[in-house]
Amino acid sequence: MSGHESSYTPNSAFERWLDKRLPIVRFAHDTAISFPTPKNLNYWYVFGGILAIFLVIQIVTGIILAMHYEASVGGAFASVERIMRDVPFGWLLRYIHSNGASMFFLAVYIHMFRGLYYGSYKAPREVLWILGCVIYLLMMATAFLGYMLPWGQMSYHGANVITGLFGAIPLVGESLQTWILGGPSIGNQTLQRFFSLHYLLPFMIAGAVILHIWALHVPGNNNPTGVEVQDVEKDTVPFHPYYTVKDSFAIVIFLIMFAFFVFYAPNVLGHADNYVEANPLVTPSHIVPEWYLLPFYAILRAITFDLGPIEAKLLGVIFMFAAIAVLFVLPWLDTSKVKSMRYRPVARQFFLGFVAVCLLLGWCGAANPDDAVIPALQGEPTLVVAYTADGGAATSVYKGGDEVFGAAEAFMESLPASAAPSIDVVPAPTFQFRHLSLILTFMYFGYFILLFIVGLGEKTKPLPESIHKSVLKAHKPNTGTAVPAE
Amino acid sequence: MTAETTHTETVDDDRRNFIHIATGAVALGGAGMFAWAAIDQWNPAADTKAASSLDVDVSKVPLGGEIRVLIGGKPFFIRHRTDAEIASAESVNVETLRDPEADDARLRPKADGSVNRAVLITSGSCTHLGCVPVGPSQGSTGDFGGWFCPCHGSHYDTSGRIRKGPAPKNLPVPNYRWVSDSVVNISL
Repeated sequence: MSGHESSYTPNSAFERWLDKRLPIVRFAHDTAISFPTPKNLNYWYVFGGILAIFLVIQIVTGIILAMHYEASVGGAFASVERIMRDVPFGWLLRYIHSNGASMFFLAVYIHMFRGLYYGSYKAPREVLWILGCVIYLLMMATAFLGYMLPWGQMSYHGANVITGLFGAIPLVGESLQTWILGGPSIGNQTLQRFFSLHYLLPFMIAGAVILHIWALHVPGNNNPTGVEVQDVEKDTVPFHPYYTVKDSFAIVIFLIMFAFFVFYAPNVLGHADNYVEANPLVTPSHIVPEWYLLPFYAILRAITFDLGPIEAKLLGVIFMFAAIAVLFVLPWLDTSKVKSMRYRPVARQFFLGFVAVCLLLGWCGAANPDDAVIPALQGEPTLVVAYTADGGAATSVYKGGDEVFGAAEAFMESLPASAAPSIDVVPAPTFQFRHLSLILTFMYFGYFILLFIVGLGEKTKPLPESIHKSVLKAHKPNTGTAVPAE
Repeated sequence: MTAETTHTETVDDDRRNFIHIATGAVALGGAGMFAWAAIDQWNPAADTKAASSLDVDVSKVPLGGEIRVLIGGKPFFIRHRTDAEIASAESVNVETLRDPEADDARLRPKADGSVNRAVLITSGSCTHLGCVPVGPSQGSTGDFGGWFCPCHGSHYDTSGRIRKGPAPKNLPVPNYRWVSDSVVNISL
């Protein structure tokens, strides 16, 4: 906490000399060594440290990759293949970088859900939370820009879809899109500016992370009880060695999982299509973003209806951006004074539902919107012959197996040529991913509305008096009559 | 003139404000002008803009098939429609369409005023999110015989009009003119 007194004592003459001129060692000591940290932080609190490690991993491997990468439509794909095949350890550095992005997002999502669960966005940590949202936004931008650089099919067409979103904005959309692309379509100029920005944004993330940590160190950490530190002596422990060791342990575990992906499944999180060089004339049959953006992609596609003058396409874009924007105002949407969901039994259920909704949205984002959610429940398709009769459109429906095709064909031949018959297979109506996406989209936004309503009249469990007391209660010595086994 | 002119410590606020505002205005003006350059440099460069039209020989397109050309990186479809495809494009009740447009309105006349109904030229970007729909060459023409966008399932008919799926508009007809009986000039 910012109020805590510096316990740094310079030990050598040099340290004393430096401390008077630039107290950087004192600053590091107060920030990372003696910083009083609630003693009850659980393993959900280790992801901040993991994220810091991954930012460094991404910047270091990224800078190295940039030494071998060529940002041109003619050379980008080949230069990435060269990194993979010819550059010493190029394959390793690239796999670390590409899988590192996934791990970065995995950690940030757990970190964010942690914040949602323990109410870490509430006063006095609103700015801390908003800075986190800014970092998340920058991460998504960086990941999107970086995904274009290998110049594969998914790179090109994914970027085409996302930049096309700006075209949906009324009046200025088209010129905005042209401005972003630097031409009528994605070209060399687009790739170069994306590369430049992909190199820039991680440093902006680093800057926002510094502000994030600063904003964390003013009020100090939240903790699983959501009760603020009252007595620094009783409620906190110094960051080092208690949390440096705990975080390091978690980082090692996380890195082991990361290494599994890098060495044994480096492409399992990617798309095979991106190993095909970009071809503007051939769209991959199924364009999907990287897994970490799938929930937002599902929301984008969920909206297929117009709302008054707003077209479905624009509405989808609005909903997608609103899904992120709502996080920024969350500190003022949640009306409950109690921070931690531990003591909010009703809101806790909704939180768990919200996590499920986010995961299911990801599932929807990966699926084809027209596919049946449960294929087993889909009935038999029907054959429909459409033709014109007496000046109007008419249809004739055939149900059944293969044998009805002959009947339909015979019927078509019996019609006069002017009827212009056409035959089509119509799948039986079923519950499709587009329907599920729409329901989940409303549930996603519904969570934030529920937080507002539930907080107004919810019956919460009694809060512990202090962090210290809650820890003692959790580890109550066995004072009963039980006889220890001998 | 009196010799008693004294140096007072009073501050002339107006003078100071003037200097503050003038300094700020110059700095802001400079920043604004630089921002203009910094933003405008992202707009299409002269060479990018120059590569924005193409002559295409449409006589090479097989009947019932199409060719795809890129102009400035944007895809365009040039389709040679069969009589049945033309008939199905014309027989639709325009009133029932999402983006009502008659087939005739989507064809450009030649210099002599005649219309070649067999040749349909449209943009190759789905009006939903800009994917390139598949057509006869890819073996899938959607429910209405024209094009099918695999990304989000938009179906276009043989006139390139949206019939089903999330796309809001018909495939736009680009600016083009018939240079001769068999060559069209398409421009962005």
